[in-house]
Amino acid sequence: MKKRYISLWFRHLLTDWFTLRQPELKDVPFILVAPEHNRIIITAANSLAEKQGVTAGMAAADAKAVIPDLKTIDDIPGKAAKLLKGLGEWCIRYTPLIAVDLPDGLVMDISGCAHLWGGEHAYLKEIITRLRSKGYDVRGAMADTAGAAWAIARFGHDKPIIEPGVHTEALLNLPPAALRLEPLILDRLKKLGFYTIKSFIGIKRSALRRRFGNDFLLRLDQALGTEDEPLQLLHPVTPYHERLPCLEPICTATGIELAIKTLLGNVCKRLQSEGKGLRVAILRCYRVDGGVVGADIGTNRPSHHIAHLFKLFELKIPTIEPALGIELFTLEAAKVEDISPEQEALWSLENSGLSDNNLVELLDKLANKIGTNNIRRYLPQESYWPERSIKPARSLAEKAATTWRTGRPRPSLLLKKPEKIDVTALLPDNPPMLFIYKGKKHIIKKADDAERIEPEWWRHKRLHRDYYVVEDEQGQRYWLFRSGHYEDEESQWYLHGFFA
Amino acid sequence: MVTPGDKKEIISRLQKDILQWEGFVPPGAGAAKGVGLGPVEAAFPNGVFPTGVIHEMLCPTREQQAATSGLLGGLLTVLMRNGGPCLWISKDRRLFPPAMDGFNVEPDKVIFIDAGNEKEVLWAMEEALKCEGLAAVVAELREISFAQSRRLQLAVESSRVTGFLLRNDLRKLNTTTCVARWQVRPLPSVLEDGMPGVGYPRWQVDLLRVRNGSPGSWQLEWATDGFIVIEESAAATNDLETRQVG
Repeated sequence: MKKRYISLWFRHLLTDWFTLRQPELKDVPFILVAPEHNRIIITAANSLAEKQGVTAGMAAADAKAVIPDLKTIDDIPGKAAKLLKGLGEWCIRYTPLIAVDLPDGLVMDISGCAHLWGGEHAYLKEIITRLRSKGYDVRGAMADTAGAAWAIARFGHDKPIIEPGVHTEALLNLPPAALRLEPLILDRLKKLGFYTIKSFIGIKRSALRRRFGNDFLLRLDQALGTEDEPLQLLHPVTPYHERLPCLEPICTATGIELAIKTLLGNVCKRLQSEGKGLRVAILRCYRVDGGVVGADIGTNRPSHHIAHLFKLFELKIPTIEPALGIELFTLEAAKVEDISPEQEALWSLENSGLSDNNLVELLDKLANKIGTNNIRRYLPQESYWPERSIKPARSLAEKAATTWRTGRPRPSLLLKKPEKIDVTALLPDNPPMLFIYKGKKHIIKKADDAERIEPEWWRHKRLHRDYYVVEDEQGQRYWLFRSGHYEDEESQWYLHGFFA
Repeated sequence: MVTPGDKKEIISRLQKDILQWEGFVPPGAGAAKGVGLGPVEAAFPNGVFPTGVIHEMLCPTREQQAATSGLLGGLLTVLMRNGGPCLWISKDRRLFPPAMDGFNVEPDKVIFIDAGNEKEVLWAMEEALKCEGLAAVVAELREISFAQSRRLQLAVESSRVTGFLLRNDLRKLNTTTCVARWQVRPLPSVLEDGMPGVGYPRWQVDLLRVRNGSPGSWQLEWATDGFIVIEESAAATNDLETRQVG
């Protein structure tokens, strides 16, 4: 099911609460203060005070200079969290999945709830009006991701409900602060002139990571929905955790197999009924001698297929050392994701492709033994520099963004590092007449014209390369290049590849 | 009394039976598409390039590896026509994916597995061959024992996936269960008279061993969208080449 989130923002959470308790404060500007480093700092100001320029973070003395009859009240530490928790509990009538979003908000996962209140519009309106009638100044927004809803609630200008699928467009014109970033990163963005999200969203991820760090990308991905955002729920759903105590300590492989099967059976039964699948599972075996051994598996796609998951664990059983015996097994599904219901393909052999279930299960198995990093698929990249013309795909589903270049021929085998060769060449721009590679002389019979590939100057400073396709007297075809100009001292010939 | 004509018929029928027991099913009416290898296919039993079996290809040098990957590319195009992906398992991979595009294979449908050692290559190959829905599995190997090749054979018999073993050490050759042993060597390319440059890739393709078939030797060329078999007479003109430089 499509995920939908509401983010609620209580603009004057604490001051509203004080106003509720003491109605006489309603028409008086007042502030909440707390001591910090021997100074009295404002922690919250009500709307009347804010209108006159008093904001949280100012020194109380300064504020008093602005508004002489300003009323000050001592802040109660931890009150905001308590209040939000209470409000969250009250909101459970709208959805069971509510998380407190400190310091001044709530996040609600409302997937599949809105229709009970007659549509998203009526639903949001109901929540907001009820909270406002209680006396809280609240703003709310609805979007596909918690991050986007947060941003729209606080920085959005026009409509509070973002239709499914268009949250990226809605974010483009908002300031970077809407991404819940650290003040340090916000400062840096401002210094670099990024005033809206759209100004940096197109920049390459590697460049962004280098400058702003991983957290920045995580926040961006969470807002865009490419990264899952775990919510700290008020009433957490019980985790996928199964225990299997044993009467007698187990020390045989068969026993361990049985235990894993039982545990997987229980976990998968529950996963199946909730339409979820497992991505990461951790098995822990508590031994009689107090030691804990374990194994973990990961899958490429969420799965609740017992036989498949067991196969993955089966590979790890030899690494589990029972010693004197294992008395307790626990299995935890550390990462669980929704499964999109697969429709059984009628002509599975005809149009299987990369989404084929058998293939995914095979790759899981290989990845668990050989390592995920050793399984690669390549996509074309916009670059003429041969080493950079391909990039590893991030997932099985990722499609090529550009076409494979078909202009000039590319060799079947490419050496990871070009190897130096000795060459006799006639004129500055003629292909070589002969070259010596690994002590063997190759006389060149045929050759194509040079293909000059310039280095990417924004990346590294290197010499350009003149590539030649050549064929020796035995018909063996090579890809040679000379780096640099002919007359340069640094110029050197290399062999880079072999043609079919 | 059995006449010589009857005898012949009995023998041919028995041969057909043996082929069937060995797993060579005569092609159905719809399946006879071929892989575009022309006369080379006639060397195989029933005159059909066998799929769902394991082929062995010898490529001791890098030049031959490149040529072999060219021939493989042409075969993979046909095998992957149904949309199935291909697995390429190796220890020390040098294949450059964009080149596969030249043989009409979608390079992003090839999944590369970089195993740490020979044992892992074999294990991964066996697991992959068990997986239905794959178009082909290619593995680069130095050594394989008869017993190991039998395990692979058992795997393909149930899944009907085609496997290719690229053997890069000729000293370690032994008997295997593979249906065919190929060797592909590069040949000088030929362009039309007087044209400079390097032409279409051309190879000497030797079928050193074919189970129940007839080994042979051919000259093949890959021309943008298919194999062309070079006739012997045309091949003879190769000797008369001069240095042609662009």
